[in-house]
Amino acid sequence: MNSRKREAAPARSVEEAPPAPADRALLIGASAGGIAALQVLLPRLKPVRRAAVVVVLHLHPQTNVPLPHIFPEAWGLSMQEAEEKQPMLPGHIYFAPPAYHLLVERNRSFSLNVDDPVSWARPSIDVLFQTAARAFGRQTTAVLLTGANSDGAEGCAEVQKREGRVIVQHPDDAEISSMPRAALSRCKPDYVLPLTSICELLARLGSEGTL
Amino acid sequence: MSEDPQALEVGFLLEAIWQRYGYDFRNYSEASITRRLDHIRSKAGDQSLSQLLHRVLHQPGFFHDMVIDLTVTTSEMFRDPPFFRQLREVVCPILHTFPTINIWHAGCSTGEEVYSVAILLKEEGLLDRATIFATDINRHALKRAREGIYSAESLRTFTANYQKAGGKGSFAEYYHAAYGGAVMHQELRANVLFSEHNLVTDTVFAETHLVLCRNVMIYFQQPLQNRVLQIFSDSLRRGGFLCLGSKETLEFSAVKEQFQTVDPRARIYRKWPAGPPRK
Repeated sequence: MNSRKREAAPARSVEEAPPAPADRALLIGASAGGIAALQVLLPRLKPVRRAAVVVVLHLHPQTNVPLPHIFPEAWGLSMQEAEEKQPMLPGHIYFAPPAYHLLVERNRSFSLNVDDPVSWARPSIDVLFQTAARAFGRQTTAVLLTGANSDGAEGCAEVQKREGRVIVQHPDDAEISSMPRAALSRCKPDYVLPLTSICELLARLGSEGTL
Repeated sequence: MSEDPQALEVGFLLEAIWQRYGYDFRNYSEASITRRLDHIRSKAGDQSLSQLLHRVLHQPGFFHDMVIDLTVTTSEMFRDPPFFRQLREVVCPILHTFPTINIWHAGCSTGEEVYSVAILLKEEGLLDRATIFATDINRHALKRAREGIYSAESLRTFTANYQKAGGKGSFAEYYHAAYGGAVMHQELRANVLFSEHNLVTDTVFAETHLVLCRNVMIYFQQPLQNRVLQIFSDSLRRGGFLCLGSKETLEFSAVKEQFQTVDPRARIYRKWPAGPPRK
């Protein structure tokens, strides 16, 4: 009689090496009026191939709809809620989950935490921008859109300090101008543009291979 | 070579804290701990983390105040109401089959979730037979947890959460107004033992039926997460339950095989009642 053999464990070792994390980050922060602005901007990010795209959108704390569901899959972009410890992959769009801060580790993976809200916001745009700027340095591009508070201003300043690129929606073009204005008072963005021009700029940077 | 001086400073600070005071934050998520340290630096009026390092090395009093800020998190009662609903509907009926129940609330901070669980157990007729070990690394937070005093503003959120979590009575039955806020009723903490416990360096201390550790391990790097999960697994008796925060999972952990998933959305897991299934 054969002795019972243990079945071999599923072949884990042959799976291919995990894809390399992104070497660039495109960060997008939006608050009041942000859903409409993102519906214009996100579908035009198809040329972005090298950067991991990370979005913080403030929503009412009780909102329970996962953000990727608000935006149509038909755009052909890979969109998902960021998970803790998840490596940031190029060409993917990640959303900060509601009620958590989203942080970027220096090894280009995500962390979440439940530290106190910053400028009454959790997730906070500042927290994402500051930690991502530490991880990606001059390979960071930060885009700050419409909003009714001052979140993102400190973050834009940090991105600039680390020689990244800062793009702010023109206050006259923003549905609510306070958030862009706060950023303008805190740093000198590389670009201050209406939303449609921001879309064109990002698409161009994408096709040039710098995003 | 590291091109980021601040990252080096963080490393030096964490090493100094470990060697001088025995608190080990070296395996915490770097992004989170860096933000905390930077916040403490700015509160202390220091220009750089190197200046903070000097204080930490030479002013023990400063360090013991600072470790409070480094480790505290605030929560709310019945945060994630759907989780508490599942705890009530799925876990409590099984807890009913035991004559006594040990519960470990790891990383209980200022106690909001301890009182939430106590209220739920009371409504399910389980509080009298339960012993709740509520532990945290932060002495100051434990003191506040023991006092059970919460601000008037937070009560509105707590009450709304309680109702959404399927509360059977009125939340107002569980506290009385004092000190400009609310004091939780003494009977809720009669069976609660608050004590200091450091998940990084301490180990198992009791056999338990239920372990709750929500939104604590997101602050840890993966190897430390695995260490802590193994401690929980060792502490749980077979068939015991483990509850994690809404963004935490056993899916990629080293203890995955030791647990079955009871509710993937509520993040409720159960140690296999008859040992892990044979492959």
